[in-house]
Amino acid sequence: MSNHNENIAAHDHHGEHGGMDKKGIWKVFFILLALTALEFLIALGFVHHWGIIQKGVFLNIIYIALTLVKAYYIVAYFMHLKFEKPGFIIVCSVGFVLIVYAIWLILVEGNFLLGAFQSHPLFPNN
Amino acid sequence: MSTTTVSQLDKVKDGPWSGGKSPWNLEYGKIMMWFFLVSDAFTFSAFLIYYGAQKFAQPTWIDADKIFQSIPGIAESGQPLVFVGIMTFILIMSSVTMVLAVDAGHRNQKNEVVKWMLWTILGGLAFVGCQAIEWTHLHHQGFWFGRNPATGLEGEAIVEALAPYFTKDISYTAALQFSNLFFTITGFHGFHVSIGILLNIIVLCMTLNNTFERRGTYLMIEKVGLYWHFVDLVWVFVFTFFYLI
Repeated sequence: MSNHNENIAAHDHHGEHGGMDKKGIWKVFFILLALTALEFLIALGFVHHWGIIQKGVFLNIIYIALTLVKAYYIVAYFMHLKFEKPGFIIVCSVGFVLIVYAIWLILVEGNFLLGAFQSHPLFPNN
Repeated sequence: MSTTTVSQLDKVKDGPWSGGKSPWNLEYGKIMMWFFLVSDAFTFSAFLIYYGAQKFAQPTWIDADKIFQSIPGIAESGQPLVFVGIMTFILIMSSVTMVLAVDAGHRNQKNEVVKWMLWTILGGLAFVGCQAIEWTHLHHQGFWFGRNPATGLEGEAIVEALAPYFTKDISYTAALQFSNLFFTITGFHGFHVSIGILLNIIVLCMTLNNTFERRGTYLMIEKVGLYWHFVDLVWVFVFTFFYLI
């Protein structure tokens, strides 16, 4: 077993399958920082301070899109998945199709419950 | 062993999946760490999807801008998102120092690995500390598992207790669901961060002990690194769904 590990480690060394150097790491960091800063600019600036954008579906889509971009950078570069063998990338990511399906199913279900079983008191906020 | 004749059958068994070699060129433990993280991602997805479903099922919901307003030691209220912004920055930063530790491990630079691991652990501790402060703050306001500021009150007093946290209509149930889900999900995430810190400390000790130097590879740093980045990844989603939306 240990022999096997060393073989892979040795292969890793002269293989250098497109990993990242220090410059690349900091570049990804600044991309993540910029995306987070953009989220804060939207939330604190455009929504809270200047009141240009209202909270709603449009804004949520922007936030989720930014989140997914950030997730891509973390998984692909920090977790190094982009540089693994295609077979492994597929094995690790294909299951999330089910998550997309679950999001759709369960949010539809939640939306149905809004109309179906509401017996909780609501107080107007003034 | 000359290669004069190879039968057709033997030739067929020469592919990456025919055995005898590692088709993904990954070590077993690293593959298993990935599979664990995929399953863990499903768990967190389930939590966050349930949070979304509750939001869809309630006619009104707590306004995140109104509940997360304090910066400990600086401002008691009126500063939405600033403190969680600091927390997010800390976690991204500690993710970067982790990649730098992995990178130093590839070059077999023991001292550099130790340096970056120490920064990573420090970042993790700072994050958990911030979360503890945030939890304490919300607990003082009356939020906890199974309770919200209006628990035990009647009639008009409920409205009075919950009005500061809602922009739209006020609902005791929505506040309760928010409270439960906030503490469950950030708690589960904080638990992961704590485990991550523990793993980081263990591999730091192993590095100091020259275990990896003798082994000839710093692969273990990479595996723990994967877990640490996953914790950061989950926070990206928790941050969006609890604090932004």
